[in-house]
Amino acid sequence: MRPHAASRRELLLASGTLFAWAHLPKIASAEGRDPRFLAIILRGALDGLATVAPIGDPDWLALRSDNALTLDGKTPALKLDEFFALNPAMPNLHRMFESKEAIIVHASATPYRERSHFDGQDLLESGLPRPGASETGWLNRALAGLASAGRVDPRGSKLFAVGPVTPLVVRGPASVLSRSPQRVLPASEDTVQRLLALYRDCDAKLAGVIEDNSKFAAAVEQRRSGQKPNAPGRGQVRTYFSEAAGTAAKFLSRPDGPRVGALALDGWDTHFNEGIAQVRLSQLLGALDEALGAIKTNMGAAWRETVVALATEFGRTARINGTEGTDHGTATVALLVGGALKGGRVIADWPGLKLADLYQDRDLKPTTDLRAVLKGVLRDHLRADEKALAQTVFPGSEAVKPIAGLVA
Amino acid sequence: MHTLGVRSGYGQADVTNFAKVLTGWTWLRPEEPVHGGEFVFVRRFHEPGDQVVLGRHYADNGLEQGRAVLADLARHPATAQHIGEKLARHFVADDPPPALVTKLAKTFLDTDGNLKQVARTLVTADESWIAPRQKLKPPAEWIAGVLRLTGIAAEIPIGRIMNAQVALGAPLWRPPAPNGYSDAEAAWIDGIPRRIDIATEFAGRASRAEPLELRESGLGPLTSTQTRETVARAESRGQALALLVMAPEFLRR
Repeated sequence: MRPHAASRRELLLASGTLFAWAHLPKIASAEGRDPRFLAIILRGALDGLATVAPIGDPDWLALRSDNALTLDGKTPALKLDEFFALNPAMPNLHRMFESKEAIIVHASATPYRERSHFDGQDLLESGLPRPGASETGWLNRALAGLASAGRVDPRGSKLFAVGPVTPLVVRGPASVLSRSPQRVLPASEDTVQRLLALYRDCDAKLAGVIEDNSKFAAAVEQRRSGQKPNAPGRGQVRTYFSEAAGTAAKFLSRPDGPRVGALALDGWDTHFNEGIAQVRLSQLLGALDEALGAIKTNMGAAWRETVVALATEFGRTARINGTEGTDHGTATVALLVGGALKGGRVIADWPGLKLADLYQDRDLKPTTDLRAVLKGVLRDHLRADEKALAQTVFPGSEAVKPIAGLVA
Repeated sequence: MHTLGVRSGYGQADVTNFAKVLTGWTWLRPEEPVHGGEFVFVRRFHEPGDQVVLGRHYADNGLEQGRAVLADLARHPATAQHIGEKLARHFVADDPPPALVTKLAKTFLDTDGNLKQVARTLVTADESWIAPRQKLKPPAEWIAGVLRLTGIAAEIPIGRIMNAQVALGAPLWRPPAPNGYSDAEAAWIDGIPRRIDIATEFAGRASRAEPLELRESGLGPLTSTQTRETVARAESRGQALALLVMAPEFLRR
């Protein structure tokens, strides 16, 4: 798959892929519907407890103390219901939740129970029941399996995708054309910090160069803005997330455009300085929230036929670690937004936060299989065949029942 | 200067006199139908008279006067030393081991300037291999290494590669001065933060690269425990690759 030299002026997203139907999906078109679906893969393992806090759990405050989101803290969380509250960095999502355009699923996970980002992401995207190599992803297989209405859709010639790398979730038999993005995101602060840690151990000279450069950049920033600088590149991440997601929506909303897409957003691996406000996770969630807003805006009239699913490879430890962050965990949140949803609720079979309730004494225990959520959306929104979902799209998932009633 | 090296014993008078010897050395305009763009000696431009360069006397016999000076310069011991140093500095260490330079210079003189033999001496000398792996790869070399390791050469527009070289201060075939790109670490180390961005961009384009496999095949036993872990704990394959090519073992050779 070679990317085109990008000559189009539209900003296209990195790690994003969009498809058009080769043929109109049979049942949907018979119903007069034109559903859109966007999958957003959050790479790095999103901390579900810091995104949607179980404020109603009696053990919550003791577990995370200063890092626990509460309704009456310095930066109060946004109430969702009697038990859960949303990180205050996400006002757009909160608004969508109140307009019944969002569903939050908590204590959810894929079947993956180890702690490797690479393997976890592979399993999240491949849809397989066990870790292992895969050439295809569940969304591509779902598309390939959808029954056609029998007539060729004029939009069918417009199958396209964007590069630079097609995420696994949309690789497969349904053909995809890659395209390179125009804007290039610089290295994240997280990447720089990881290198700095390595250099401090192994190459003092290189460490010195990085440190000098950070100090210099901070000084320039301070002189320019008159304020103490935030993590460098923060503004760029916000812009990048919004442009990537917004552009995907623009294409999905076109009458002659693709109907299904996916993109990946990095940065969620908050081992240190995760914070609950003004720090890393909060900044990322704020950027994600703006991206959700951009999707709704750019979808326009098509928003009421849209479902966006956001998922991550696994969660993080229930307890904070020694560097004000969290390490790799298990259960976490999955988010659904879109006008097609029967929203305004949190779906969770809450396992509790006592030591005995934690998975391996350290992680939030998963009680909902993520595949149940995705199957529910694919079946009811895109009209995918339930048997195909269990055999082809998510092989080996016969025992996982699709959650009903997610879409209106 | 380019041949003998700076401070090798020539003076201003030598430079002036050599310049006089070289008068008349020019080339035909490319538009000329016959031999256009080629070297030509124009006697009319040549300064008449014998000249003294580096203590030697050169009779004025036109073009041959210049050739004679060049031949003597090529055989000058300072030239052998200079070439030996440049080779040792480029390939082995910023501070070239004197024993190695001596070996290279000797081969150069003994073989009357046979560079193939000099290269053989460089490769077979012990000094070339016992030096610690500290030499910072200059931009083009590092970029080439990244492209080869990640296998993205076919997946990245050539413009991005050219841009990367420019960003690191080493535009392809356009060194800032006639003596070419510096071999010293100090000239390139300030570009390390930019290399992180380039590594991130390039790594983001690698669709089939498995970072853990490349860590083994690319660095193998050279990998420190810290680098091994840093790559394994990356939050995504893209980040893992970027960290791999920014590891000290990959930046230095």
